[in-house]
Amino acid sequence: MTMLITILRRLLSAIPSVLGVIVVTFLLARALPGDPAAFYAGASATPESIAEVRSQLGLDRPLLLQFADYVGDLLHGDLGHSVSSGQAVLSDLLTRLPASVELTLAALVFALVVGMPLGVWAATRPGSFVDHACRLLVTLGAAFPTFFTALVFVYAFYYRLDIAPEPLGRLNEIYFVAPPQVTGFMLIDTLLAGDMEAFRSAFGHLVLPSISLGLFALAPIARVTRAAMLEALGSDYCRTARAMGLSGRHILFTTALRNATLPILNVLGMVFSFLLGANVLIEKVFAWPGIGAYAVNAVISSDYAAVQGFVLMMALLFIFLNLVVDLMASIADPRVRYDV
Amino acid sequence: MRPPLLSISGLDLDFRTRSGTVKALEGIDLDLARGEILGIVGESGSGKSVLSFAIMGLLDGAADLRVANMTFGGMSLDAGTVAEMRGRELSMIFQSPRTALNPIRKIGRQIEDVLVRHGPVPRRKARAAAIAALAQVRIPDPERRYDAYPFELSGGMCQRVMIAMALACNPTMLIADEPTTGLDVTTQAVVMDLIRDIARDRQMSVMLITHDLALAGEYCDRVLVMHAGHIVETAGVADIAAGDLHHPYSQRLFAATPASSDSLDDLAAIPGTLPDLRGTLPACRYMGRCDRARPDCAEGPLPCHRPSADHTVLCRYPL
Repeated sequence: MTMLITILRRLLSAIPSVLGVIVVTFLLARALPGDPAAFYAGASATPESIAEVRSQLGLDRPLLLQFADYVGDLLHGDLGHSVSSGQAVLSDLLTRLPASVELTLAALVFALVVGMPLGVWAATRPGSFVDHACRLLVTLGAAFPTFFTALVFVYAFYYRLDIAPEPLGRLNEIYFVAPPQVTGFMLIDTLLAGDMEAFRSAFGHLVLPSISLGLFALAPIARVTRAAMLEALGSDYCRTARAMGLSGRHILFTTALRNATLPILNVLGMVFSFLLGANVLIEKVFAWPGIGAYAVNAVISSDYAAVQGFVLMMALLFIFLNLVVDLMASIADPRVRYDV
Repeated sequence: MRPPLLSISGLDLDFRTRSGTVKALEGIDLDLARGEILGIVGESGSGKSVLSFAIMGLLDGAADLRVANMTFGGMSLDAGTVAEMRGRELSMIFQSPRTALNPIRKIGRQIEDVLVRHGPVPRRKARAAAIAALAQVRIPDPERRYDAYPFELSGGMCQRVMIAMALACNPTMLIADEPTTGLDVTTQAVVMDLIRDIARDRQMSVMLITHDLALAGEYCDRVLVMHAGHIVETAGVADIAAGDLHHPYSQRLFAATPASSDSLDDLAAIPGTLPDLRGTLPACRYMGRCDRARPDCAEGPLPCHRPSADHTVLCRYPL
């Protein structure tokens, strides 16, 4: 019951953010340099034809009316058309988003699986060799730009050692037929299609990009896990647990780690949204058909509708992500349920 | 006379820190009889809590503990044996009970954890046993409280949960480290009465650590006064109540304890602060604050006076 109220309250509190995002994306498109009318009218446009395009696009109407049109279109799921692809922006984004989300999730899983145990391990032995090794790895991971690590990985594992598949997208489409799109996640779709060979190929293609992206996320996760665990292990309740003679395992995992979950969760939300934005370079290196590359192309070719749609979708995604993190936090910590 | 339950002699404890070695405890000797309630009194930093951590084996890596002899129930107490006894034979409750309980685990589950760990009840009966433990510390409506989180309970209620947890496995000794600090006066009395009643019922020994000499005088059979890592005076409760104290520090501590008839002007603060426990210290660590001090107080060993059978005073010029 409390849980349900928490969810509802949190959903309601997201509404102002959504409204804000809509206003900002609208104004952003108006504030971008360049005149869209001149752009759409083409290179050989005369002032008259530009004015004509402007009135066609409704850009000569008052800002408030334009905003009303924009909101009306949004309500119909219409984000406009992309000039460069010729498709509706919404369908462009929806076909590309799963690729980016899959890559980001895989990177996050990698970072979690490596970062959390590393942080816990370092926290149980502060000042030891493990602690220093953890710090070194974290520093290296954060210091090298993702595209650099990605290029090194491609050079080493594809070109030199030849154990990784070619860095060209999500699946080798010469040997495998892309499965029918159900979730858009290649790993899940290949499994749903029952095509184990394709699954293996998709998995192989995912390994290098997700590790190069995940190395960057490793740093904040390992660091915050270590800090949160150190705090929890030094806390009064862990001292109580020791005084009650509870086992070391119980103290480390049931007592300390569960209490450390909250800060880790918060960082996880930040890292995820950060990765979603940062994976554009990885997508370039691995020819990954995601939204990052799409957005960059849209900016370069002044594809206003596409940029606007991208910003809107990312903002909504961030809001959704924060919602999920908050709800997970209220599951992890009963105190959160009361003061959302 | 029966042998004491806990017997310590010649306990020294140093902490190695970056700014030098802190001589936290020196020459501690103490005996605790079965069923006895022993008070350990002193101001903050006098080494009371550290002594209890040393007994419980809960010191951190920077601690250097040297003991001539420490036995519990006839067995030598060291890092290995004490780990077996914690929570089972030897238990502890802490000050600020709200932070001493796991904030995100139901209190009933926390008691169950202790029960299941030490195994006096099978797992499927653990819930009932935890509820019984809650009832034993006079928590009303224990079935419902089982599902409460610490932040949903008052400080006094949390301390009762702590007591229930510490006593769940029927230990023979309980260390209570400032159990009433942070509780209001009426709750203090309730919690202390509870500890005393359970101790009487079960013949359990209690080591009550407090800075409140009046509280110790009310609930303890015997009181140790600590100052800067030394036990300066040991006295029976009758002497404490009468103010028949012979060490200058104990006397000051007694004068600083409010009685109901006192006005604020009657309370005398003890001048000075605890000495820095790093570096070389005089034999009597109270020397710098004492108005009876003479140069030879710096020379050890200090004589031990015995005004009566259970009364010892470590001072060259006692009152």
